[in-house]
Amino acid sequence: MDAIVGQPLDRVDGRLKVTGGARYAAEFPVPGVVHAVLVQSSVAAGEIVAIDTSAAEGMPGVLAVITPENAEKLQADKGGEQVVSRPTLQDMQVLYNGQHVAIVVADTLDRAQAAASALKLTYKQDEAVTTMDSALNTAYRPKHFRGGARSPDSNRGDADAAFDAAAVKVDATYRTPIEHHNPMEPHATIARWDGDRVTVWTATQGISGAQHTLATLFGIPPANVRVICPYVGGGFGCKGSTWPPATLTAMAARKVGRPVKLSLTRRQMFTSNGYRPRTVQKVKLAADAGGKLVAIRHDGMSQMSMPSLGEFAEPVGLATEMLYSCPNVAVTHRLVGVNAPLPTYMRAPGEASGVFALESAMDELAVALRIDPVELRLRNYADGDEHEDKPFSLKNLRECYRQGAEAFGWSQRNPAPRSMRDGRVLIGWGMATSTYPANRRPAEALVRLQADGSVVAGSGTQDLGTGTYTVMTQVIADELGVSPRRVRFVLGDSTLPPAPGSGGSTTVASVSPAVQAACAAARQKLFSLILADPQAAGLTSADLRLANGVVLAPARRFPLSQVLARAGLEYIEGRGKTEGPPGGHSLHSFGAQFAEVRVDPDLGEIRVSRYVGAFDAGRILNAKTGRSQLIGGITYGIGMALLEETATDAETGRYVNADLAEYLVPVHPDVPLIRTIFVAGEDPVLDPLGARGIGELPMVGVAPAIANAVYHATGVRVRDLPIRIEDVLG
Amino acid sequence: MKPGLTRRGLIGRSVATAGGLAAVPLVTPAEAAIPAAPAPVRTPEMVDIVLQVNGRRLPLTIEPRVSLLDALREQAGLTGTKKGCDRGSCGACTVHVDGRRVNSCLTLAIRCQGRAVTTIEGLAEGDELHPVQAAFIRHDAFQCGYCTPGQIMAATALLDEGHAGSDAEIREYMAGNICRCGAYNHIVDAIRDVASQAAGKG
Ligand code: FES
Ligand code: FES
Repeated sequence: MDAIVGQPLDRVDGRLKVTGGARYAAEFPVPGVVHAVLVQSSVAAGEIVAIDTSAAEGMPGVLAVITPENAEKLQADKGGEQVVSRPTLQDMQVLYNGQHVAIVVADTLDRAQAAASALKLTYKQDEAVTTMDSALNTAYRPKHFRGGARSPDSNRGDADAAFDAAAVKVDATYRTPIEHHNPMEPHATIARWDGDRVTVWTATQGISGAQHTLATLFGIPPANVRVICPYVGGGFGCKGSTWPPATLTAMAARKVGRPVKLSLTRRQMFTSNGYRPRTVQKVKLAADAGGKLVAIRHDGMSQMSMPSLGEFAEPVGLATEMLYSCPNVAVTHRLVGVNAPLPTYMRAPGEASGVFALESAMDELAVALRIDPVELRLRNYADGDEHEDKPFSLKNLRECYRQGAEAFGWSQRNPAPRSMRDGRVLIGWGMATSTYPANRRPAEALVRLQADGSVVAGSGTQDLGTGTYTVMTQVIADELGVSPRRVRFVLGDSTLPPAPGSGGSTTVASVSPAVQAACAAARQKLFSLILADPQAAGLTSADLRLANGVVLAPARRFPLSQVLARAGLEYIEGRGKTEGPPGGHSLHSFGAQFAEVRVDPDLGEIRVSRYVGAFDAGRILNAKTGRSQLIGGITYGIGMALLEETATDAETGRYVNADLAEYLVPVHPDVPLIRTIFVAGEDPVLDPLGARGIGELPMVGVAPAIANAVYHATGVRVRDLPIRIEDVLG
Repeated sequence: MKPGLTRRGLIGRSVATAGGLAAVPLVTPAEAAIPAAPAPVRTPEMVDIVLQVNGRRLPLTIEPRVSLLDALREQAGLTGTKKGCDRGSCGACTVHVDGRRVNSCLTLAIRCQGRAVTTIEGLAEGDELHPVQAAFIRHDAFQCGYCTPGQIMAATALLDEGHAGSDAEIREYMAGNICRCGAYNHIVDAIRDVASQAAGKG
């Protein structure tokens, strides 16, 4: 049988998704469910001094109005990456505009909404710091950078001395805005208590994290919390932690003694589950006359909330530490606290913003040196990871540059800005490097080979649209010699063997080896049963092969149904495990991004007209769903480059464009035909299948490729995202 | 969809059991069972209406302010139609009313009496998918699937409107349907494919 892994199999959950049958968190028909609506603060700092609930409580159908005055007291959290314990109505303090200050429950959604708007809150307002740029002088060192795993600063050689002495230099400041994930499915939770056990249907990228967070906050054992999430309507990081809305839904359900459903409004999505923080990044590059880098300095600042809400530092400098060969590199990370919600991971956290700064600066250096941008990168190619001082497990970046440039037609580029035109329209070609760490975390899986030859398997992982259902089905089909149609892979239930949250592009590399191991264990058990049978005399397991529900041996065949019947078994079960990441190697994926923009010289309108991305991401388990991830990431990057920015009103600290009409994301006409290339290569160090996650890699480097193309088209260097019409109108 | 077949019992059971492989609600029905939630408190402003959804009568008791989207999702159990913004800016809630695409979040349920409403659940003929549904699967025109019902309802309308003449025209007439997973390239592929099949036949 030909390998199923690698084939462009149609998504196994496709039919459910095109018929409306895939059920997302808010859509489970839990009998007797009632509706909750959240209420937000209208001030950015201060204290609630009075809450008048009388009007709301008297409205038809209202079941409860929960405020800090009558909310259940939750257990203190014990830290934990997934735990966002505030604000959950535990006190009267207000730390940002849009903070949840009450939750209203009623028998219908409309009534809950009406009652929520009838609530009257009075505040004592304090002075608020609402924008990062007004507080840069208060920057501080993160206390728990990367969960405390490393220092926020790093140094190799002496970057400052080398910079001062160098021949050619770039010294510039780059800025990226607040961005919101805006998955199409707003976060939603249904919670139902049965005694001291709670079941939650919740939109999450980590069912295990949700289980443990809720157990901690409600002071019950994790086994008493069941989290169900078979489908997620996009996450991009905002469903990675268990944010207060899920907790408050469970609190409300306990209060009213009935199942409660809460769906965030689109506006609430802007203040309820994190965002990509604004960054201000100073980058210094220096090279010798031959274009060899002699110094890199990257000082990054990212915006934070008030520190009592937690800590999140956008790790903008991590790629800078390893992307190029350079003897003198210094990186720092600092935070600027303002009255804003807690930021969080957003698709390619750190790399998306940081590589925009670094790769824009590299383009500026190429201009200063009069060296082709691709050539400059080749002259500074890092064969190993000079920061970690380790070899890469796999690095085919040279091929990405080569294949990407060829597909794009890069050699036809005239390097002079404003030199390429189509009639009156300016054409610009830009490129940038992409990189994202390859990750793996411990995971477990369970497989059952059934008498009829079909397979049921599962792992407590997630499918965010990334294709987990499909690629795991393919892995099982190969391992157990069965058609993918006869495999049912389940996920999204915390009663399944645990798996890590789906973030940081970890799912494929973590879960597929566990699934493979579980298949091997089941197969081994089956073979042992057969070998114990007198009919198998003289055979060893090397003689046996499982295909389509039959174990084949030379001149003999053992149908699964008979083997199981004889053994009195309904099925044969195997379990498998993946350990954490292997040491010894630096684990990164790479890519090369090439963009063409067309700029109207009179109107300043910027359109991306052509795009090529070439990626080195190990073995691709499904070329169809894999390409979907690539075009999805590049599309997300087009948004970052040209459209996305959450604007804060400095006076009130309120987001002024907290909806999809004014927070612009790419729509159909914004996205040209995208050409994607998977550069061949396998990474056997990371996992036995040689695969890596590709959820984030394709978005890294898109914004600088486009910014560099805009420079090439117009001669205007834009260092502040998103690039706007007025930036290029000079 | 067989009318007698509901999954409510199944889901109820899956909630109650200890869990594990058997209990996971992976396969969910294309058409939801209507949960027997306790009737909401009746107030004088509530009205009894009958909608025609996917060729079937759907009697509802609602307040006049209830949107078609909320009536479908929260009362009729037809959750295939999605809510992405509730403000007319994302297209996730696209359905057909008398054959025309509308944002159901901006349409009052009460105004749809006597009109034919079609949702994603009503597009396939029994087991046979609508050509646009099949093309979406073939071209992997989605990832998370949350925008997909709206994209498909918009795409079928666009084909009827005769606006699939070129990629640029498809993009323009699909501009109201956001896909945050960024499946646009594949959505255009799927629509172009169906349009050219239809042209081939015609
Ligand atoms: S939910 Fe109706 S347009 Fe967004
Ligand atoms: S498929 Fe996820 S939003 Fe379109």
